[in-house]
Amino acid sequence: MSLISIFKSSIGKKLLMALSGIFLVVFLTQHFLINITSVFSEEIFNFLSHFMGNNPIVQFILQPILIFGVIFHFVMGFYLEIINRKSRGANYSRYAGGDNAPWISRNMIFSGGVVLLFLILHFYDFWVPEMNYKYIEFRPEDPNRYYEELIHKFESPVRTSIYSVSFIFLALHLLHGFSSSFKTIGVDSKYYKPIKSLTFIFSILIPFGFIFIAVFHNIMH
Amino acid sequence: MKLNLKIWRQQDSESKGGFENYVIDDITPDMSFLEMMDVLNQKLIYENIDPISFDHDCREGICGSCSLFINGRAHGPDKGITTCQLHMRKFKDGDSIVIEPFRAKSFPIIKDLVVDRSAFDRIQHSGGYISINTSGNTQDANTTPIRKEDADNAFDAATCIGCGACVATCKNASAMLYVSAKVSQFSYLPQGKVEAKERVLNMVKQMDDEGFGNCTNTGACEVECPKGISIKNIARMNREFYKAKI
Repeated sequence: MSLISIFKSSIGKKLLMALSGIFLVVFLTQHFLINITSVFSEEIFNFLSHFMGNNPIVQFILQPILIFGVIFHFVMGFYLEIINRKSRGANYSRYAGGDNAPWISRNMIFSGGVVLLFLILHFYDFWVPEMNYKYIEFRPEDPNRYYEELIHKFESPVRTSIYSVSFIFLALHLLHGFSSSFKTIGVDSKYYKPIKSLTFIFSILIPFGFIFIAVFHNIMH
Repeated sequence: MKLNLKIWRQQDSESKGGFENYVIDDITPDMSFLEMMDVLNQKLIYENIDPISFDHDCREGICGSCSLFINGRAHGPDKGITTCQLHMRKFKDGDSIVIEPFRAKSFPIIKDLVVDRSAFDRIQHSGGYISINTSGNTQDANTTPIRKEDADNAFDAATCIGCGACVATCKNASAMLYVSAKVSQFSYLPQGKVEAKERVLNMVKQMDDEGFGNCTNTGACEVECPKGISIKNIARMNREFYKAKI
């Protein structure tokens, strides 16, 4: 039986969503660990950012994989949402979804959509200028520019607010998606309690950590 | 009790249905919901109006025939019951009640509130059984030791009555709770392991062919399931499926 045939089934498509979600969670953790250094050490943040921005393995192997992972997760999410809506056929005139499932689990497409809009802004803010700096204008590399670029972005209270609200939606998305991905992978129910605890800790710690970083730089600079 | 009923009427599977309003009086709190429907139908018959079609059979919560989406919930506003176990004491005098059929592309409406749930039968036929010759030459069941926990889990999964409330309530119209219960009831037991691979592959394929949606682990299905089938069966079915594919 071909492994590829797994992904033609409904369970296989769910598995792809779960695996790409876990991949993005790993990336998010790494991104957070680098960004949090900006709160206490300009030098460490510049060093790590310079490494990530200039290491060929990160730039030409991991970065394309990451971009593919992000696009795949969103495209698959929207595709499955369309398939699932078609499966309902006609809608109910009254549907008390809130009586049997939390809002966050029923509105992953909405919280994910907000995160997608945020990512467009985030790419416009950081990724596009970075690509422009290195590969279009070919400006000389300055290993100490990253911290200044970061705090410059968060001088704007509007941008800081947009980032903060977006991360609240990311937290909501993770609160369901993180534990759900493990169920989809087929993790035994005896591990559900620790997974639930881990989901809660991760979904609060990482997004609100990002909010803290944005607000910190807005207040301090 | 006097009730205002808004009920889905549809002449047949091809017709375009719509809601019709009925007012019914003299309903007692001790009546079951289906008895209230019987009273309404009797009234309609006296008025020379086509009575409302709805599914029912045992009326004691074990056959899985009765369906109905009542005020936005499968089997109405209570947990762990079928519609025939719902009583009018759950409503108040003067309440408005919206009654719809289970809605899913894979459960087409036959008439009024009756839907065709034969998709479940086809899934069951595709692998929900064990091929054992039972013509008098089977060994005693107690000669095969089975862990108590496994026996309990298999029994819990086997209590699924195939009513379709999981599909009706799931925002994706997913049948994974039903299919996973039917897979799990065998996969916990040694007798079911022989055909485990073919069973899960065939049943999942049939489920997909029927057009049910994907599970997104909202957990709504286990809340509305009249038999309390747990969604841990879905994770178990996923494991069985991956194992069978690999």
